[in-house]
Amino acid sequence: MKKYVLHRFLQLIPVLIGITFLSFAMMRLAGSDAIIELYGDKGAVAEEIIAAKQAELGLDKPFLTQYLAWVGGMMRGDMGVSYVSGKEVFGTFISKLPATLLLTALSIGMTVVISIPLGVLAAVRHDRFTDYFLRFFSFVGNSLPNFFVALLLMQVFSIKLKWLPVISKGLSVQSAMLPTLTLAIAMSAKYMRQVRATVLEELNKDYVIGAKARGVRSCVVLWKSVLKSSMLTIITLLALSIGNLLGGTAIIESIFMWDGVGKLAVDAITMRDYPMIQAYVVWMAIIYVIVNLITDLLYHALDPRIRLGVSEG
Amino acid sequence: MSEVTIRKQRIKRDSVKVRLIVFGVLAVMLILCSIFSEYLTPYDPYLQDLSIAKQGPSSEHLLGTDRYGRDMLSRVIVGSRASIFSTLLLVAIITVLGTAIGVICGWNGKVLDTVLMRISDMFLAFPGLVFALAVAGCLGGGLQNAIIALAAISWPKYARIARSQTLAQKETAWMKAAKLSGSSTVKIIFVHILPNIIGPILVTSMLDIGTMMMELAALSFLGLGAKPPIAEWGSMMSDTRSLITTSPWITFSPGIAIFISVMIFNLLGDTIRDYADPKSRGR
Repeated sequence: MKKYVLHRFLQLIPVLIGITFLSFAMMRLAGSDAIIELYGDKGAVAEEIIAAKQAELGLDKPFLTQYLAWVGGMMRGDMGVSYVSGKEVFGTFISKLPATLLLTALSIGMTVVISIPLGVLAAVRHDRFTDYFLRFFSFVGNSLPNFFVALLLMQVFSIKLKWLPVISKGLSVQSAMLPTLTLAIAMSAKYMRQVRATVLEELNKDYVIGAKARGVRSCVVLWKSVLKSSMLTIITLLALSIGNLLGGTAIIESIFMWDGVGKLAVDAITMRDYPMIQAYVVWMAIIYVIVNLITDLLYHALDPRIRLGVSEG
Repeated sequence: MSEVTIRKQRIKRDSVKVRLIVFGVLAVMLILCSIFSEYLTPYDPYLQDLSIAKQGPSSEHLLGTDRYGRDMLSRVIVGSRASIFSTLLLVAIITVLGTAIGVICGWNGKVLDTVLMRISDMFLAFPGLVFALAVAGCLGGGLQNAIIALAAISWPKYARIARSQTLAQKETAWMKAAKLSGSSTVKIIFVHILPNIIGPILVTSMLDIGTMMMELAALSFLGLGAKPPIAEWGSMMSDTRSLITTSPWITFSPGIAIFISVMIFNLLGDTIRDYADPKSRGR
């Protein structure tokens, strides 16, 4: 196990280098016209001013030097200043991060509440009406783009029924309802299917038939054995879907005006605020990689076959 | 196996065939509609007539009109070209690119394999749309750039499948026989490997069409894909978002168009998967 943990941490290094390098290279390639963006592309700006600005932003140094300087700065929490607002990029990003993490956590919570019971139910009622009914809903949910769901919910709950605010007013329960629900609907539709498939696979194993033949009641088999052994897979699948959620929040945040990093990124993209986009991509990728790593390690730590197996030492 | 089970299986197999035909026909109809969209519109989709702006659905304008008095039905029909066509193009690009890289990796092995697979790891390390957003943001808007952005994040999946399939094929006896009989690499790849690995890859790409269509529409919705006045479903929705309180049909008709198309392609994808792999049925 220790060996495995070490191995996974070592694997993380090239991935992190890759993430930072790719994000940096991409922004630098696009960043060449950031100066032009800054002054407008009329071509009326003197060469010296452009050169001075380039020197100020460090755009005149060789590529690798720029990259190393940037990574060094990143580690100290210095990711440059926004081209638009002139504020510290890292500080702005960190100040908006809690809102996004809160939204993500709420959506995952709601997804768990919706999809695990329904998925288990569908598996137990396999090929019967309940199953078909739930599968139909999961299918519809999978075919709805989340921005469409967002607008539908907004239309119904905010405009027609007037229960909830159209755009969020700070971090409150009412403002969090619709964005959370939107993200949870899309995720539950996908996730319910996976829960169903996992539980179904477990239900079809020989020991279930054996237990039933010995006269153990179905619900005891379900709760004591089947769910216990399929929970690990279910939790892993959930953790792995966090990545999609992190990307999905961007569009939902900007629809509901939820003041998180997703909205920050979308605004930065429209304004061509490269340092801000860079911070968003890099940190989201790092968060994602770390979440995946923790999931993987937890999976290994919790799986009795691996924990108690030969891989000790 | 009793006669009853065999009969049941045959019925199931037949029902998959029927589904395949039905959804296949529907998908082909959608594609044809997007190709010939210009001839199917009842009105000129770009013709503005402010005197009939923001009218609700009526017998004359089945889906109503938008804020410039343009017929929504015509715009939704014309929008199918940008939406469906670019999605199919995107899926074709990632399938070909991913498969090519995967086959090269699997066939070649060694350093090239390691390098390309590490690169694909790098792309897989970014969470879904986050990277696409950044790429689209860097390249600037436009449908073409949105396709590039989504292709950049989607090819590794195909490369992985193609690589593992190629590796499995390489070990088979007929591959060794083909090598021994002096077939050239190109011939082996195109005649022996590709036909044998293309099945799972095509199933994956069929299943991906719906997702890709939604992601492309999402980028357009954010203003990173097709730009108005070009009729594209995602951008049409974001363009008319402010009218949602007074005239919701303008925003929702393109949304429903996306929903229906995604659903048809998803149904087709599921059916093809069931047809190709009967084990996965009902999962």
